Amino acid sequence: MIVQTLDIGLAALVLTLAGWTVLAQATFPAVVSYVAYGLLLSLIWVRLFAVDVALTEAAIGGGVTGVLLIGASSKLRKAALSATEQELTPPLRWAIATLCVLATLALATVVLSLPDPSPTLAPEAVQNIAATGLGNPVTAVLIAYRAFDTMLEKCVLVLAVVGVWSLASDQYWGGAPGAPGAVTWDGALAFFAQLLPPLGILIGIRIFWIGADEPGGAFQGGAILAAMWMIIMMARLAEAPAIGERWMRIALAAGPIVFLGVGILGFVAGWGFLAYPAGFAKPLIIFVEIFMTLSIAATLPMLVAGPPIQAPRP
Amino acid sequence: MNFALNLLSVATISVGSVFFLAGTLGLLRFPDALSRLHTLTKADNVGLGLVVIGLLPLAHGVLGGLKLVVVWVLVQLSGATVAQLIAQSIRRNGPSA
Amino acid sequence: MTDFLLAAAVFILFTVAIGLVRILYGPYDADRAMAAQLFGSGGIATLLLVASATRAPGVEDVAMGLALLAAFASVAFVNTIATAEHDGVSGE
Repeated sequence: MIVQTLDIGLAALVLTLAGWTVLAQATFPAVVSYVAYGLLLSLIWVRLFAVDVALTEAAIGGGVTGVLLIGASSKLRKAALSATEQELTPPLRWAIATLCVLATLALATVVLSLPDPSPTLAPEAVQNIAATGLGNPVTAVLIAYRAFDTMLEKCVLVLAVVGVWSLASDQYWGGAPGAPGAVTWDGALAFFAQLLPPLGILIGIRIFWIGADEPGGAFQGGAILAAMWMIIMMARLAEAPAIGERWMRIALAAGPIVFLGVGILGFVAGWGFLAYPAGFAKPLIIFVEIFMTLSIAATLPMLVAGPPIQAPRP
Repeated sequence: MNFALNLLSVATISVGSVFFLAGTLGLLRFPDALSRLHTLTKADNVGLGLVVIGLLPLAHGVLGGLKLVVVWVLVQLSGATVAQLIAQSIRRNGPSA
Repeated sequence: MTDFLLAAAVFILFTVAIGLVRILYGPYDADRAMAAQLFGSGGIATLLLVASATRAPGVEDVAMGLALLAAFASVAFVNTIATAEHDGVSGE
């Protein structure tokens, strides 16, 4: 009875926030509402006992995407928005709204008409993870059963960063993103950025490490490390690195390259592409995950920092 | 012993919830952003601290309890910083910041 | 005990909801920047209570991660309104 109240309350609040986000008049309130929506959604994932997804939702939906949207909106404020807004005539808005409602109804129909118990591979996934040496079935699915998808996702992240960088003018290629020079040095923010990141880095590494057996994993840990680096950059304690720096490019590419390397190693050694040998699976998986975490921690802040706006220093 | 711990949990969590209610009432009733900052970063933090204390007996061992305390310390830190930053922004740019 | 924890979670969620409505309505951007901090305290309290009641595994780590990310989001919001003022663009 109380559980139902909790669930209905959560669902009602999330729907209200979603409505508020769509109907907001300005960008900043919409983004704040969207981040609140993302953080609440992670609560709902915990209610559904999908704790790994909850952490990822909080990290990406609440944290990184929110900051990305805010950065985009503040850059857009300086440009002219009126042309796009005039193109969104009322009939077009109604068409978009109808399309969204139809998509929602279709999804709801599909989900509500699933047979009970719904078809699932979860029991088989859990039964066979002893061979991988992992205890967390989600990590086993990501790195062992569907390793190919995860590797391609990491490549997509690198492509996204390249896409963001390609927005730079030619003379800025190789330079650093972010505002040149320092904004007013703020005591409270600098203190915060000196105190929080050490603790945050420890927590991020722990969440990555614990992902083998408990909810967690490379993506969540990497996102937390990325958030710590972004706090340091926002406090102006360190500037965003120039995109031409060698260590930056190595850090970005390390994840997909190591993953692909392990896959090819499997192909050459006879276990199969992206398969792991029995008995040695877990060390290989941890090895791949370390570099994945590094790449994610490097990629997300570069996505948020944006294209370079300074000429490269010689 | 178990009954006493349960009673302690119930008592502290109840008081913590009252602090959350007080914080929200302050949010609704205080006249401007600077005073609303107080309720948000002080009353809600005390509420969270009491809830954490109440949940300590139910945590998964010493490490679980330590993690709960670390959560409260993090929220405390971010609350203090955000209050200072928002207040500085309002002071610099007037109430319509 | 479980029922009590869930009832406390519902209560705190209710206060967070009301606070959220008030914050998002608040006419200036400085008011809205407080939303992430509201979640940092109220949302995490709800999360801890619900997790303790439903015995979901590993939620203390999620709570730590959520606290860090709420802190990060709050600082990002405040930084935005501060730099917006600094660049001479007025907030809505």
